[in-house]
Amino acid sequence: MAAQVELFLQTLIAGFLLGGLYALIGLGMALIMGVMRIINLAHGDLMMVAMYLAYWLFTLLGVDPYISVFVVVPLLFLFGCALQKFLITPVMKVESILPHNQVILTVGMAMVLSNLATVFFTGNYRSTPVNYASNAWYLTDYWKNAPIELSLSMPWSLSFLCAFIITVALWFFLTKTDTGKSIRATAQDIDAATLMGVNTNRMRMLTFGIGSALVACAGCLFIPIYYLYPALGKQFTNIGFVITVLGGMGSTEGAIIGGMILGIFESMTATYVGMGWAPLGRFAIFVAALVFVPGGVASLIRRKRFGK
Amino acid sequence: MKRYWPYLALILLAILPLVGISSYTMHVLILVIMWSIIGMAWNVLGGFCGQVSFGHAAFFGVGAYTAGILYHHLGISAWWGMPACVVVLIAVSLIVGYICLRLRGAYFALATLALGEVCRVAAENMVWFTQGNLGILIKERTWVGKTWYYYVILLIAVGSYIFIKRVIASKWGYYFVAIREDQDAAESLGIDTTFYKTIALCISGVLTGIAGAFYMNYMGYIDPGIVFSLSDISILTVMVVMVGGVATFGGPTMGALIMVFLAEIVRSTPKIGAAHQTIFGILLILIIIFLPNGVVGDFRKIVKFFKPKRTRA
Repeated sequence: MAAQVELFLQTLIAGFLLGGLYALIGLGMALIMGVMRIINLAHGDLMMVAMYLAYWLFTLLGVDPYISVFVVVPLLFLFGCALQKFLITPVMKVESILPHNQVILTVGMAMVLSNLATVFFTGNYRSTPVNYASNAWYLTDYWKNAPIELSLSMPWSLSFLCAFIITVALWFFLTKTDTGKSIRATAQDIDAATLMGVNTNRMRMLTFGIGSALVACAGCLFIPIYYLYPALGKQFTNIGFVITVLGGMGSTEGAIIGGMILGIFESMTATYVGMGWAPLGRFAIFVAALVFVPGGVASLIRRKRFGK
Repeated sequence: MKRYWPYLALILLAILPLVGISSYTMHVLILVIMWSIIGMAWNVLGGFCGQVSFGHAAFFGVGAYTAGILYHHLGISAWWGMPACVVVLIAVSLIVGYICLRLRGAYFALATLALGEVCRVAAENMVWFTQGNLGILIKERTWVGKTWYYYVILLIAVGSYIFIKRVIASKWGYYFVAIREDQDAAESLGIDTTFYKTIALCISGVLTGIAGAFYMNYMGYIDPGIVFSLSDISILTVMVVMVGGVATFGGPTMGALIMVFLAEIVRSTPKIGAAHQTIFGILLILIIIFLPNGVVGDFRKIVKFFKPKRTRA
């Protein structure tokens, strides 16, 4: 019995820590979704780019992945701004039959990024062997007679803590600063925001930049605990998308909760069903959200009907 | 004159194998025709009905696996997969439609994207049923030469072309376009949008599945990584239609011609072969920016671009 409880609690902890990181990925996607009404299918691939940057900083210069956040994030921010300015904005003006050209455009970007990574860095799996990778805190170290044994991995906790700090910082930025308020105004009603003197084009660019920066953070935090290969982007794009749907279409609070739910759910699937089924579990939770809690979808339709 | 173009092209295609072209050219032609069927099928849902799908590999793969599993488990010819996959794919489309068609626009696109991946994962993990990553191999091929395969796929292509043209010219076609242009307006005019979207999905799914079943028979080997591939099936499908022309009848064929030949050329060039996805991606981006309605849809634009500009006197 104790072993069962132990396994369950350990899975829960792992899921919780994973969920914090997922929330960061989901946040970036939700932000871009909210402001631009498009799903960024290159989201995971931007993360892949950030992870490669962190990897090379670690391998060539010996920069700790957690320190590399300060280098990689500004770079990805600029990269995101550039993508928005030179690729997505021109497409917004193009007249076409299909309304989802921008989404297809992001698919094109994703293809280019992941393929270039394969060409330059080969398809090998890589990781950053930090020396604290296997450090952990054990429950029995603090409570001698504990009936069950739980452990808390150090890099995982550190990543979770960083994700938490970044999330709080983002919340502060969005609610307290002028720029943040302008971004939220753009997300709520683009025409009204323009009338109030918000430079919506600039806000779009900033949002894409911030979205990329957030996912770059997630990449840097993931690399000490995960491995890296060029096709990794797709998986994380899927994760980001499921979180956005779970959390209710472009809402940032929703993305955090959605990330947590998905993290715990995935960790549970891995423990009790099997590793290979995790993507299916993701889809199952996505379908469940759509069928049983269509709140997100309903709010989307409402926004589409009455928003404009 | 323009009326006779399709017939002329058809006659030309029909006598082509009799001229005695090489087996490789034949293979490429078969792929072109197969891709134009998939493109046409995607176009019903994506081009005319406006529901962009990134998961057509799911339908393609289910079609291929229907044929493969019939052969593997029941020991009957994999050609039975073609009629069988009609039933299977209608069932699959209804389930997918029930779940995914509640979503709009980009969300539908993403749901289908996830769907394709789920099918791949399921096929990889259900080893007792699908052989997992081992794949299914047809040990005895129906014909050694490629000529008969060519005629079969040509027949299917002509059939689907006529079928799609009929459907789009009918009442349904107008409903599809109405849904694409403005779903809320269509609904307010009394069109049951979910019902007609489901019909578009069924037509699209079944035709893609038939192409998949043909693929199984023609190639003789499938595994989840091939037939449920995101980049090689789902996205290539979107590209075929985007390059050729969204919501046009000739577009998918044109797109298939361009894409398959491009793929063959790029892959066989030693230095840039590995980077073929980069080239496809850049092509996709350029097409979206400069020719958003594809080569066929924006034909006038191309003509205008290449016409010598009149200098002002």
